[in-house]
Amino acid sequence: MTSPLLAGRALVYSYGNTPALRGVSVEVGRGELLAVTGPSGSGKSTLMLCLAGIIVPDAGTVTFAGEQVNAASEAERSRLRRTRIGVLFQFGQIVPELSCAENVMLPLLLSGVRRRPARTAALNWMERFDVAELADQHPGEVSGGQQQRVAVARAMVTEPEVVFADEPTGALDQLASEKVMTQLTRVARDSETAVVVITHDPRIAAFADREVVIRDGLLDDADPVAASQVASGTIR
Amino acid sequence: MSVGHVLMGLLAERDQHGYELKQLHDATFPAVRPMAFGQIYAALARLTTKGFVELVGTERVDGPDRRVYRLTEAGRAELDRWLADVDQPTDYAANPFAVKATLLLVLLGRDAASDYLRRQRAVLAGRMRVLTRRRSDPATALVEVLAADYAIAHLAADIEWMEAAAERVTDLVPPPAATPTPQEPT
Repeated sequence: MTSPLLAGRALVYSYGNTPALRGVSVEVGRGELLAVTGPSGSGKSTLMLCLAGIIVPDAGTVTFAGEQVNAASEAERSRLRRTRIGVLFQFGQIVPELSCAENVMLPLLLSGVRRRPARTAALNWMERFDVAELADQHPGEVSGGQQQRVAVARAMVTEPEVVFADEPTGALDQLASEKVMTQLTRVARDSETAVVVITHDPRIAAFADREVVIRDGLLDDADPVAASQVASGTIR
Repeated sequence: MSVGHVLMGLLAERDQHGYELKQLHDATFPAVRPMAFGQIYAALARLTTKGFVELVGTERVDGPDRRVYRLTEAGRAELDRWLADVDQPTDYAANPFAVKATLLLVLLGRDAASDYLRRQRAVLAGRMRVLTRRRSDPATALVEVLAADYAIAHLAADIEWMEAAAERVTDLVPPPAATPTPQEPT
């Protein structure tokens, strides 16, 4: 069996005295679409922050393409996030002062790509998310769904190996959410990019190939065929 | 809604025999259980008695003679009335999951109920993934997309109910009292 692209093992993380992760292990294969679901406060966003190398777990390891991310320096993790990992948040983190195309170009410009090739690449990705015609408009002039598709294009523009999407459809309505997710999953499958979607919404989780549920900082192993208490219980 | 109204709706497009009606029904409503021939012929007989459809002749297709039916004016009026009508929500929302979860809670306690809800949730989530993938395929026909939308919305509602129910069962019902250690025989 090939090794996973990304693996978190026995991850533990606390905010002060409040435990958020209490020993979670999860793997993501190359090109796999994984949904992480769970109630509010279950630890799913903290898990994403650990896996994406944004925070360092108190205990446990994160391995990305064979390298231990948690042991890397802040500068190394930052470089990883700029080049091989894409992150997409609920509220797009779109810069309102920049045009849509400039927003998509941003990660490339930050990695030293020159303006002209950066714009070409940005327009190419915007095309794939059906927002190329908005290139020179500002985020305030486009709809919420379009803004979020600009944000998705920005997360993909560096051609990362994995994209993390935290509640990627936020407050969008059903059809706008569906469009964001349909395009994200189609492009990810075409380009064999792994996607980790963090969501509380079963409709969004259903776009993934597989789902893991986090509850109270632990993986909820609800294997439907697992021997349950019922099987062994004695009904009186 | 009755089988009769659905058949009248399909006959409103053109005159058809029972076999054609079945084919058209199953193709138009892919998420609905395929209609049995017995059901169709029984409904056509009832509609004929009521004067909503009439027999207009027979057609020989690949062997057997097939009786061709037409929607009458009275049938058209009944169909229009039915199409314009809205349905009241039912008094009882069928929820077999709640029945089982309740029995588990009563018979085996909160952990068994909550465990069942979580395993059942995982099964429904798996079905949702299949339907979502099918719906996202550009080759999927509109009738199938609409049917998948409906199935997905209902699965999502069941899943949301299960998540809330599992939390409530765990939060509201006290954990079982510690089982007393059996006394060593003296």
